[in-house]
Amino acid sequence: MTVKASEISVGDTFEEVLVEDLKRTQLVMYSGTSGDYNPLHTDDVYCRDAAGYPGVFAHGMLTMGMTSRIVTGLFGAENVKKFGVRFTNQVWPGDDLKGNAVVEDIRQEGGKTLVDLKITTTNQKGDVVVMGNATGLAVG
Amino acid sequence: MADEKTITMPIEATHIMMFNRSIGDYSNDAMAGDLVAPPTFPQAAAQFDPDYFLRIKPGVDWFGSGKNPSGVEGKPASSGGLHAEQHFEFERPIRPGDVLSVVTKPGKTWEKESKRAGKLMFSEKITEYRDQNGELVCTARGVGVKTERPVDQD
Repeated sequence: MTVKASEISVGDTFEEVLVEDLKRTQLVMYSGTSGDYNPLHTDDVYCRDAAGYPGVFAHGMLTMGMTSRIVTGLFGAENVKKFGVRFTNQVWPGDDLKGNAVVEDIRQEGGKTLVDLKITTTNQKGDVVVMGNATGLAVG
Repeated sequence: MADEKTITMPIEATHIMMFNRSIGDYSNDAMAGDLVAPPTFPQAAAQFDPDYFLRIKPGVDWFGSGKNPSGVEGKPASSGGLHAEQHFEFERPIRPGDVLSVVTKPGKTWEKESKRAGKLMFSEKITEYRDQNGELVCTARGVGVKTERPVDQD
């Protein structure tokens, strides 16, 4: 499941399909668990007729959360040390998102192996929607 | 906003499982084994903030639609604010049974000009999550941006 320190090298690339045809219901699910009930993410009438958007769009934090699966998949949630992103484009219902992680550095710290990743998530048009970095503890 | 308030966030297994589902991670559905909060879970502290403005509260007008496109007159309450960056740093994993004390402080502010939205006003918020023993567990840094006008959609 998770990667072993002995099996990972600088330049290794990992890709994961994060979502295909993002559903509005997924946005509702994320509102419910995160507590962010902003109608911009759940309420098409509000978006169109009050806020001036074509419709609901994803919470940045939902896109970041979906992107986090590539990091927790590699290290396990208990071994994630850092995860940070910049939000560069909005994500809309119907979007397909793919996450990409590139190993930038592998370093030893206090007898532990830390792996630095560059993270990019793109939509079906190839637009980057989030970009950032993560650091995880690789075991074994 | 100026006064520091502490939010108490009890960490529960069911909340983590449902949060994981909502980000497309169904691996904890059986709720078996060592359930650990995923890296963006600390943001769900909003659930435990009694004053959080993006939740319906009794007796307070809600800006989402009902009879009308918005329940408040004039400019919708959330317009102009966008999430620009979010960062989490962990001292240790967050697990069910932890009771976190959450304090948010304002950070730096800065401005930038942009072609798509006019003047951009950035502001940073630093949130510290401490456990039941007062030990720092997680530090989050969020950057919000307010735009002079709505972002051009191309």
